[in-house]
Amino acid sequence: MQPFSIFELAKQALSKHRGWQPAWRDAAPKSGYDIVIVGGGGHGLATAFYLAKVHGLTRIAVVEKGWIGGGNAGRNTTIIRSNYGLAGNEPFYEWSMKLWEGLEQALNYNAMVSQRGVLNLYHSDAQRDGYARRGNAMRLHGVDAELLDRARLRQMVPFLDYDNARFPIMGGLYQARGGTARHDAVVWGYARAASALGVDIIQNCEVLGFLRDQSGAVCGVETARGPIAAGKVGIAVAGHSSQVAQLAGIRLPIESHVLQAFVSEGLKPVIPGVITFGAGHFYISQSNKGGLVFGGDIDGYNSYAQRGNLPTAEDVCEGGMALMPMIGRARILRSWGGIMDMTMDGSPIIDRSPVDGLYLNAGWCYGGFKATPASGWCFAHLLATDAAHEVAAAYRLDRFRTGHLIDEKGVGAQPNLH
Amino acid sequence: MHIPCPHCGPRDSSEFVYRGDATPRRPAEVEAEAVYAYVYLRDNPAGMIREHWYHAQGCRNWIVVTRNTVTHEIAESALACGTSA
Repeated sequence: MQPFSIFELAKQALSKHRGWQPAWRDAAPKSGYDIVIVGGGGHGLATAFYLAKVHGLTRIAVVEKGWIGGGNAGRNTTIIRSNYGLAGNEPFYEWSMKLWEGLEQALNYNAMVSQRGVLNLYHSDAQRDGYARRGNAMRLHGVDAELLDRARLRQMVPFLDYDNARFPIMGGLYQARGGTARHDAVVWGYARAASALGVDIIQNCEVLGFLRDQSGAVCGVETARGPIAAGKVGIAVAGHSSQVAQLAGIRLPIESHVLQAFVSEGLKPVIPGVITFGAGHFYISQSNKGGLVFGGDIDGYNSYAQRGNLPTAEDVCEGGMALMPMIGRARILRSWGGIMDMTMDGSPIIDRSPVDGLYLNAGWCYGGFKATPASGWCFAHLLATDAAHEVAAAYRLDRFRTGHLIDEKGVGAQPNLH
Repeated sequence: MHIPCPHCGPRDSSEFVYRGDATPRRPAEVEAEAVYAYVYLRDNPAGMIREHWYHAQGCRNWIVVTRNTVTHEIAESALACGTSA
C-alpha cells in the first residue's frame, strides 16, 4: 500500500501524479476463507479491517453484490454523534465516536471527520426536561453534553426563527464532539486499509444461498461467482437483512423502509454544524462542497425502492422553513432514498444467528452511518471470539423474545414510528 | 403515490395512515412464542405485500392494499372488514 504523506505527495507531483497505485485490490474469490463477510458497505469493510488489525486474522473476504459503498454507505447524511439516552446505546455510540476521532490515523486515509458540533433544539418546557435528562445520561457515561439556553443559541446560530409563532426555539442540547464525515472516504479508507492487511474484497458477487455442513451449520456461501467455503459467515447488509437471512431460513424483527435525503445547490458557508428541529423531524448540515444536506422522517411504508414520495419531501421542507426560513430560496439539487432495516424497537442487532456459523449485523434503522467504526469493531469481536463485545452486549437478537427492548424513542413495536 | 380506496377512488397517500403487513394474525391462544412471532417477526418481502392502510382523512375505513415494495405499484385494494388476510 502506498502511504499517504506530504513526502509521497511531493514525490508524485514530480512525476505529474502518474505513479499512484489503486487504493485496494479488486480480488477474485478463492475457494475458501476463515471468515466471509456478506456486504461491502462501511460496516462490512470495517468488520474485515478490525478482524485483520485487532484480531490478527488474515484469511478474510468481503463479498459485495454490486460495488463497495454503492448501497446505504452512499445514501446517508454523514452525521456522526453519540447523544443517546439509554444505557444499552450510549457506551456503544461513544466507542464509535472515539474510533471516529482516531480513524484517519488508524487508516492513513482522509475521511474528512469534522467535529463541528451537533445541536438538537427544544421548543417546550417538557422537551427541555427531556433533553436535560438525555444530556445528564450522556454525562454519566462520560460523554460531553451541554444544555444551551436561547441567549447562547442566538450567538451561535443567529439565523434561526426563534420567535416562530407555533414552535418558538427555547434552547438546545449540544454535543460539540459530534459532526460529519465523508461517507465514501470512510468506505474507501476501510477498504484500502483492509486490503493492505490481506483482506480480499470481491465485488459483483451476490450471495445466492448458504452452504450447510452435515450438522446444518453454515460452512460457506453460494455466490454468483461460485461457492466460497468459510469457517464463519457474517451478514452486514442492512436494508436487505431480511432477504439475506431468509436464505438461511431466518425471520427477523425487521421491516425495510425508505428514508429520503436532499442536497441543495452549493452555497457559501452558512450552517456551522449539524442542527436538528425538535418540533418536527428535520436535520441539516452543510457539506464541505457547500451543499445543504438535510432529511427528516422515513416515508413510513415498507419499501425496497430506493426512492420515496412527495408528501415526505414536502414535510421535510416545511420543517426546514419553520426552523430557518433563510434556506427558502436555495434550490434542491438532488434527492435520494436509502433502504433502512427498521427494527421493532429502533435499535440494531449484533449477535449470533439461530444457525451455527452464521452471524448477524443488522437493524441499523436510519442511524447506521455514525455507528460504522464501532459496528465493525464489535462485529469483528463477535466473529473472532464468539462473545459479544461489552459495549454491544445489549444488541441481542433474542431481546424481542425476552422483553429487553432498547426503545430509545419509546413508541413500541411499530417500525415506522421510530 | 395514490392509494385506490374502494369507497373514495384513488387518493393521495398522505390521506392515509400506514399500519403495516396485513399477514400476521393475532394468535387465538395466548402462547408466548406465537405472540412473539405475531408482534415482532415479519416476512418483509421484496415484492408483493398485503398491508393495512387507514383512510384517516377520507372515509375512515381500514383497507387492505396489495402493493409491490420494489416498484410501489399497487395491484389491488379492498375493505379490510370481511377480508381474511
